[in-house]
Amino acid sequence: MRESINSLRHDKRVRQSLLLALPVLVILAWTVAWPNVSVIRGSFEHGLGYWKEFANSPSDREALFTSIWISVLSVIGSVLIGLPLALLMGRVDFPGRRVLAAVATLPAALPPLVGVVAFLFLYGESGFVTRIVQHIIGAEDPPWTFNGISAIVFVHAYTMYVYVYLFVMAGLERVDTSLEEAAAGLGYSRWGRLRKVTLPLLTPALAGSMLLVFMSSLGSFSAPYVFGGGLRVLSTQIVTSKLNGNMGVAYVETTVLAVSAVAALLLLRYFERRRNYVAVGKGTRARMVVTSPMVRRLAPFLAGLVVLILVLPHFTVLLVALAKEGTWTDQLFPPVYTLDNFRKLAAEPQLWTPVKNSVLMAIIATAANVVVCFLAAYLVVMRKFPGRRLLELLLAMPWAIPATAIAIGLASTFNRNDLASGRVLLIGTFWILPLAYFIRGVPLVASAIESSLRQLDASLEDAARGLGASWLRIMWRVILPAVRPGLAAGALLAAVTAVGEFVASVVLYTNRNRPISIEILAQIRALSMGTAAAYSVLLIGLVLIITAFARTLELRSAESGGVVSTN
Amino acid sequence: MDADLGFEGPQSQQQEVSETPRLALDRLARRYDTGGGVDDVSLEVAPGELLALVGASGSGKTTTLRLVAGYEKPDSGRLLLNGTSIEKLPAEKRGFGMVFQHYALFPHLSVVQNVAFGLEARGVKKAERLRQAEAALSGVGLADKAGRPVQALSGGEQQRVALARALVIAPPVLLLDEPLSNLDPTLRRSTRDELRAMLRRQGVTALFVTHDQEDAFAVADRVAFLHNGRLQQVGTPESLYDAPASRAVADFIGHASLMPAVFDGTHATLMRANQSVTVPAVAPANFSGDPYAVLRPEALCLNRTGANAPEGWNGRVLSRRFLGGTSAYHVNLADGFELEVLSDDRSFNDGDAVVVSVARTPVPLVPG
Repeated sequence: MRESINSLRHDKRVRQSLLLALPVLVILAWTVAWPNVSVIRGSFEHGLGYWKEFANSPSDREALFTSIWISVLSVIGSVLIGLPLALLMGRVDFPGRRVLAAVATLPAALPPLVGVVAFLFLYGESGFVTRIVQHIIGAEDPPWTFNGISAIVFVHAYTMYVYVYLFVMAGLERVDTSLEEAAAGLGYSRWGRLRKVTLPLLTPALAGSMLLVFMSSLGSFSAPYVFGGGLRVLSTQIVTSKLNGNMGVAYVETTVLAVSAVAALLLLRYFERRRNYVAVGKGTRARMVVTSPMVRRLAPFLAGLVVLILVLPHFTVLLVALAKEGTWTDQLFPPVYTLDNFRKLAAEPQLWTPVKNSVLMAIIATAANVVVCFLAAYLVVMRKFPGRRLLELLLAMPWAIPATAIAIGLASTFNRNDLASGRVLLIGTFWILPLAYFIRGVPLVASAIESSLRQLDASLEDAARGLGASWLRIMWRVILPAVRPGLAAGALLAAVTAVGEFVASVVLYTNRNRPISIEILAQIRALSMGTAAAYSVLLIGLVLIITAFARTLELRSAESGGVVSTN
Repeated sequence: MDADLGFEGPQSQQQEVSETPRLALDRLARRYDTGGGVDDVSLEVAPGELLALVGASGSGKTTTLRLVAGYEKPDSGRLLLNGTSIEKLPAEKRGFGMVFQHYALFPHLSVVQNVAFGLEARGVKKAERLRQAEAALSGVGLADKAGRPVQALSGGEQQRVALARALVIAPPVLLLDEPLSNLDPTLRRSTRDELRAMLRRQGVTALFVTHDQEDAFAVADRVAFLHNGRLQQVGTPESLYDAPASRAVADFIGHASLMPAVFDGTHATLMRANQSVTVPAVAPANFSGDPYAVLRPEALCLNRTGANAPEGWNGRVLSRRFLGGTSAYHVNLADGFELEVLSDDRSFNDGDAVVVSVARTPVPLVPG
């Protein structure tokens, strides 16, 4: 008797979940999954014709191998920087450690195109560092040319080591330090402990971060686009094929790129599951304190040097923005400083429009992200219903698929009005970019809210229901306040990504929605470096404002909320 | 010197007692900025002795163990192994085996690989170290679990693997950090008897930390009691119980009610609500401060009021807790002082008027 009542209640709850899930599933299936399907379908439009064309094209083969080669080199470079840095920061206490910790992740915070622009200003043929080196060695010509594979790998390693650093740091946090002490007690020196205990325990975290770097390099567009020269990689090749009107081959290339990335994601998931075994017990977490007086005196300088290298991109962009256009040629520092570049942006409506566009589109995309992802995350974490796994998959998918592939998918789906095949004409309208930004934001916002919800005591909702609260009231008074920090963090990430987005934008933008990133590129092409830098500074400023705004939201909810469980 | 540190390679685990090293802590001190640590700890561990470091959390017992192991460096003081100063040696050069509270078994290695791990650092060839590891595993009754991943073992089995791993390197001194605290109560009781038997069989010198006096009493030959970073008393379990050196020892070791006393050198006079009781008493050497009598529940006796009641204090039964063989009574004396009394007689009820007398003398005194 009781069982049947329970199962009735259960049925009602599943029905309610499904009712809620349906619109979310439809929206995500339509925007996230369907474009991929139409890309794959498009690649087979002429049977295997486009695939054969792809396989027989020397430039496509070159692009594929170059992409993989660059990715492998980027992984090696990122590990070489990120792993020692993480071991140093995680296990050693030295003067200057705190400052270094504060800026260690800075390179990842550069908006993609701005980062590349900064490297151009820094290490390009007339770049800041290039000039300094040239000055020091007294050479006539720049000591290097910054292009090709080495330049791309350099930029990748410089920005993507952060993944390795963060993963290994998190891994180190989970390694029970008494394991290392046990090894010491059994006779292992510091190096022996690192080799026989610490590194084996870090393998899953390290492998995970390496895959992430591999994935990101594979999908990377900005660096090869700006520094590639004649080099062909898969992501730029897709855009070239599209510009040449060869959509069929573009679909094949997109499919290859997306499938490789998804395969890497699945591997990553596998390693993440294996990572669990590291958590064993508690240990006293002590950093080794450097006691040698020589090293202690030297450490702040070395740390300062690394900090300088890390903040140099931001610094250089600012310097270029403040230099009078055309005056900074072969001097070490700009001869004339001015705010003209910024004044020009504000004065000329034509130049100001991209800023307005980017902000407006970021707001629209993020608002949509918050609504859809909140519901989706709630359903995934708090409810059980058929289709839950599908929902989870849809939420994670845009994370794995490179932005170029997302853009091509949108271009192939929203290119005409044909409701029967799920197509609406958005290409050429303002709305195509907010949609692209929305899709890129989905995994960011959803995973942030999900992790907030997972900390929530599952019985909280039952308790509120037992007290007679309606579902809407529970959402408003219990769930929403509890996830506000996660929601703010996720929205922050999505907004920051959207406001500086370049990769999807370059495929999809029109004159009506030209974002900042495209304008920066246009200014570089026109050799108006000062204006490009001013835009970049503005973009960094926007990112800082959004970050500060999200922080206050997080703080306020942390003060007012007592709902989040102490998990 | 290497030979002293047990570095000449794996040796037979059955050592001559005379070869078993003597460990001495000489005025060891380690203070933390955040408070805590230890001060002026001097202690000798005799060859083959099992010594327990006991104290409340924050008393410095784990710090002391970590200083001995080499995971912490002392601010001052010396650490001697057979007369050789070792406080400058890093942990990996001391070769003390350590059993951690959470066992610290390497999750990426199998059971037998865990046990063989320390031999590998000593350059023992693979076949030989596997043979020794397997022998060590049979020594703790886990021969059949050698190939298992450590996660597949129960808590008690993991504890034994940790012990085998520490013993197989034939450490001059074995260190154990709360080795029993992670086991459930039933397992704990059987394991501690087993632990003592195993350590005895190996003839190993061991220093172990525990916050549980029952564990300490069951395993150790001698107990060292730490309080607020200072060593308060070292002795056999019986001597700590019967003649505590300080109030902290009396409070921590066993139950006791502490009653202010007047001491004349041989006898203590205990005065409650105008009823004074004078009993033979003993005080620690160099006694200073106000004397307090340590009244153990089983040293007191509960009597009905009446003409043939012995000398004692009048009071009322507050509550009775049935313990099986005996009953523990809380008694409120006339002036409000509370005592715990253990009695075979379960016939007293809450509110009964009683006379509490001292049944076992001499009564130990501690400074207040």
